[in-house]
Amino acid sequence: MPAEYPLRFGDNALVLAQRLCAWVGHAPVMEEDVALANVALDLFGQARLWLSYAGELEARGRDEDALTFHRDAREFCNVLLVEHENGDFADTTARSYFYDLWASLALGELTRSGDERIAAIAQKALKEVRYHLRRSQDWLIRLGDGTPESHARMQRAADGLWRFTGELFIGDRLDDEMAANGTGFAPERLRDPWLERVHEAFSAATLTVPAGTWTQRGGKQGVHTEALGYMLAEMQVLPRAMPEARW
Amino acid sequence: MKNDWPQWEIFVRSEAGLAHKHVGSLHAADERMALESARDLYTRRNEGVSIWVVRSEHVHATDPAQSEEFFEPSEDKAYRHPTFYHVPEGVKHL
Repeated sequence: MPAEYPLRFGDNALVLAQRLCAWVGHAPVMEEDVALANVALDLFGQARLWLSYAGELEARGRDEDALTFHRDAREFCNVLLVEHENGDFADTTARSYFYDLWASLALGELTRSGDERIAAIAQKALKEVRYHLRRSQDWLIRLGDGTPESHARMQRAADGLWRFTGELFIGDRLDDEMAANGTGFAPERLRDPWLERVHEAFSAATLTVPAGTWTQRGGKQGVHTEALGYMLAEMQVLPRAMPEARW
Repeated sequence: MKNDWPQWEIFVRSEAGLAHKHVGSLHAADERMALESARDLYTRRNEGVSIWVVRSEHVHATDPAQSEEFFEPSEDKAYRHPTFYHVPEGVKHL
């Protein structure tokens, strides 16, 4: 099995976790500060499991830390959605909601993977992600169905990120191969259930589901927006400057 | 912003069979948000299996100024404590 397959799921979790961590100390209220940090920690935990597995499959002596701190942007295979900057709280909510909903469906598929390790990681991660989805969907509805300002910001955030959601449902050769041998799933299959849930939530939130169909893509193949480079520079600077650093 | 949100008292049951215990308070817009925040603030180290949230304004408390009449009369009622029974040797778990 190619190491790149678990690496994709690990990179999604890792990059989103790093983004969410930047809210610590800046969230609108203390309760939310802790909650966002909890979500980020869950995602870091998931990333460790995926990346360790990828490191073993790759068999080049790289563990999860090496994969996290000593790869450049071109080698990251997360979807573009998760590397998007935090923006305001509505932007962060929209990004989390779109990702959490997709992740809950994707992990659901992976719990039935023919690869035992993948099925086990998905099983554990799914419980966490279901809670993340509950929270991000609650915020989407609260802000959408809130004040005129929160409604306008939530709509703008959803509109702005919409073009990054299509990539979640575009398969490539690796996806085809993994779907065919029972290890993974065809991303296209998740599009309809995802859209259906988005329509329900947006309706409850009095928001309009964005109409655009043009899609920004490339993340899974290592072609990222410049935002990822800046984020990695901050995330990786310490272990790169001081490779022997220990807690 | 936070000043608009009511305060909630949080009660966590640490395991099935035990009573819910008061663990602290937080601010939240409604009961759903209060439960989620309570989960994230008070059970993140595996402290609980059930959470109750109660609006702080719905908790009625005794007045410290009335402590004398409320609590002191029970201080000298030693016979209300089960201290006059002989416990047979060898009885455990008592």
